[in-house]
Amino acid sequence: MNAPETTRRDLLCTLAGCAAAAVAGGCSDFTHTEFFRSHFKELSEDELTAIREKIEAECKTKYDKDVTVSNTPAREGVQFAYALDISRCVGCRRCVYACVAENNQSRDPVVQWIRVLEMDKEKGIDFEHANPYYDAETVPRPGHFYLPVACQHCADPACVKSCPVGATWKEPDGIVVIDYDWCIGCRCCMSACPYGARRFNWKDPSLPADQVNANMHILGNRPRPKGVVEKCTWCVQRVRDGRYPACVEVCPVGARKFGNLLDPSSEIRYVLDKKRVFVLKNELATHPRFYYFYGL
Amino acid sequence: MKFDIARRLRLAALLAGLALVAGACGRHESSELDLSAGWVPGPDAPTSDSKLHTPPPPFSEGIFPCSECHEADMPVNTKRRELSMAHTDIVLKHDAEHRWCLDCHDAADRDSLHLASGEKVPFEESYRLCGQCHGDKYRDWRAGVHGRRSGNWDGEKSYLLCVNCHNAHSPHFAPIKPEPPPPKPERTP
Amino acid sequence: MNLPAQFLRFVTGSVRIVLRGNALYWTWISALLVTIAVGVFAYVHQMQTGLISTSMRDQVSWAFYIGNFTFLVGVAAAAVLLVIPAYVYNWKPIKEVVILGELLAIAAITMCALFVLVDVGHPDRLQHLMPGIGKLNLPSSLLAWDVVVLNGYLLLNFTIVTYLLFMLVRGKHPNYAIFTPLVLLSIPWAIGIHTVTAFLYNGLAARPFWNSAILAPRFIASALCSGPAVLLVLMQLLRRFTRFEIQDAAIWKIAELMAYAMAVNLFLLGAEVFKEFYSGTEHVIHMQYMFTGVNGHSAIVPFMWIAVACSIIAFLLFLVPKTRKNPITLNIGCLLIYSGVYIEKGMGLVIPGMTPDTLGEIYEYQPSSTELMVAAGVFAVGFLLFTLMVKVATPIMLGEFRVADEEHGHAKTAAA
Repeated sequence: MNAPETTRRDLLCTLAGCAAAAVAGGCSDFTHTEFFRSHFKELSEDELTAIREKIEAECKTKYDKDVTVSNTPAREGVQFAYALDISRCVGCRRCVYACVAENNQSRDPVVQWIRVLEMDKEKGIDFEHANPYYDAETVPRPGHFYLPVACQHCADPACVKSCPVGATWKEPDGIVVIDYDWCIGCRCCMSACPYGARRFNWKDPSLPADQVNANMHILGNRPRPKGVVEKCTWCVQRVRDGRYPACVEVCPVGARKFGNLLDPSSEIRYVLDKKRVFVLKNELATHPRFYYFYGL
Repeated sequence: MKFDIARRLRLAALLAGLALVAGACGRHESSELDLSAGWVPGPDAPTSDSKLHTPPPPFSEGIFPCSECHEADMPVNTKRRELSMAHTDIVLKHDAEHRWCLDCHDAADRDSLHLASGEKVPFEESYRLCGQCHGDKYRDWRAGVHGRRSGNWDGEKSYLLCVNCHNAHSPHFAPIKPEPPPPKPERTP
Repeated sequence: MNLPAQFLRFVTGSVRIVLRGNALYWTWISALLVTIAVGVFAYVHQMQTGLISTSMRDQVSWAFYIGNFTFLVGVAAAAVLLVIPAYVYNWKPIKEVVILGELLAIAAITMCALFVLVDVGHPDRLQHLMPGIGKLNLPSSLLAWDVVVLNGYLLLNFTIVTYLLFMLVRGKHPNYAIFTPLVLLSIPWAIGIHTVTAFLYNGLAARPFWNSAILAPRFIASALCSGPAVLLVLMQLLRRFTRFEIQDAAIWKIAELMAYAMAVNLFLLGAEVFKEFYSGTEHVIHMQYMFTGVNGHSAIVPFMWIAVACSIIAFLLFLVPKTRKNPITLNIGCLLIYSGVYIEKGMGLVIPGMTPDTLGEIYEYQPSSTELMVAAGVFAVGFLLFTLMVKVATPIMLGEFRVADEEHGHAKTAAA
């Protein structure tokens, strides 16, 4: 950090510090550095490292676990996309729970990024008659099909457009991410999202220490505070290392496909080429990168 | 004569073992999805060299090699019939009207399968046999689109054989118990 | 002339005025302070436990707070829109009360800001909205625009009011070369704040209930009903308790304008209702949730019919000259309009827009006790601010509070 920058920040601190402290009220995680932190995209390497190490230290204290918070950036020449075969999905919700475990979602209150909707075969995709709360002895239930919905990682995301502080954005590889340290919790993005994909931390998320996934990404599955929005990141901590998202690997019927749109030999390109795909709420022109298809 | 008794004894023992295995597995009326592992987070990328790595075929315990019982000099009855001596646990629900054991299993080489052309196919490559009829599924599977994959989206993937998920004799999946639904939102008073 | 010294006298004098009052005044102030204390208590609880202490959930993620915010933006906008007849037509009777409208606007915008503050999950990060240390997502985020126009509006009105009162206190006429452009600027700005607030909802294609081109016109029309309703009551109170002279003609004229505004408001609502129910697409479900209930979920239905009834009755009361000019029916009309628009904007806009949610789920939202207490606290802050400002402004406008003459001599002595 250069000298004028320090001066500017110190000056701003003295000017705004008191007012801000008053506003902060009940927020306990309030420090000088956090208050004057720059936007994620403007952080220097050193600042980023400091933030990552801070999260790692916090996890050590809280969960007594050595975690790694990575900041693996998007790869050149990669545009991620996802495809889901709704003729195969049986609605077993294995993906929901794999996602919770992989992404350190709150167990109490229950936060789940994937919502599996049960729909009537005779009605087709009709949200008005969708049921996310089906509790059957066995699935698939006769006369029904299943539509799992999570973040669609739209090419033109309505959520990103609506955020007043730029706390959510689309990464170069197409993953829509949130900076949990920048989000003010206004929930504009939740109003803007046509897919109900975003979750707000209405209270402090809880995560049993023995269930912490230590492989974390700073924009992904690292622990979130209360009062911020979170959602599916396509397991950014896995896919940037070349691996499949958790939901893809756990799906017992192999309905979930993931890959690089720019790679002609990828599974996702095969689906787009050989299958008939559709996206949810096409008419809203958010251009999801999440394709549904009929594999049968 | 002595030889014959020994052979019969061995067969009986095998059948008893088979019955035990069959009993343990339950009736194979349809395929059961492998749900053994819940999601365990952590590095688990595959280490195989092959790009088309498949696990071994899911034989019932003690059943392979088939030639253990079906010895070379055992008479082959090619007549389509209800099996009564062995394999009674198998319920054929796979186009049973038109298919029978020896359409896929090779009568001359019991440890092998064969294609319609007569070409022999090892159990490890049974997908070629399946692909004869299910060409579209076979192509999808080879492309990584039919069936479950794990590993790397840009590199090594582990494939599953058709028969790792589908019981060859009864390929349709049985319904399974879903994980619990999410709690409904509740108002704060 | 020593301006800073005069300004200091103006400020200290204002404080003295605020601290003087009869028993009724102090009862009112105490009641407001108690309510504020309750609100602060509830807000501290909310900060500690998180927004789980509200009834908002992922399914209905904006509700009572944001509804109140929207309603109050309307009040703030409409209060100033009274300036139109006053200045455009140079209509004397209303001109005198314009300053009250500006004061109301200041109080309303303050409440707006507070309602946003209590709604966000991280008020300690609001500096992210500030230029320089934050990152205001312009031009794409409508909330970012709203922050800009609302703060600008607050600044504008604060400047106008302070300048005008300070000049009056010194017994001077305002410099119209400065004053008139500012006042004229406040007119489109007033329309602007409510339009941008409407666009905040309007622009969300995910929410068909809001994604209607007549939402902004509806906002303006309903605001032109609710804002003046507050002022009408205030004007009568001032007439009763102070020497403030407000002509009946002014009151009647405003009531008449409100009748027209309500006619437009009801017409636009009718147009919306027709479009939804006649075409009967899947989007009608939000209107059904509002007016008929869906699958037994009907908590909001009685409120919406009450709102419609209030608006229609008030419209008739204000339309007929006889009831418009009768003080009793006039005040009943004001109350009905205020209630009607409050329900329509507060609950009727936000909650049906969110119910069912984008995946079709119906979660029946009703404000929690924490939300009600916090909202009461915010309103109390606004009322307190407004009371104090009116308390100061009234004697100034009546010429009872002057600093100029005595200060003039004093300043001269100091200079010598």
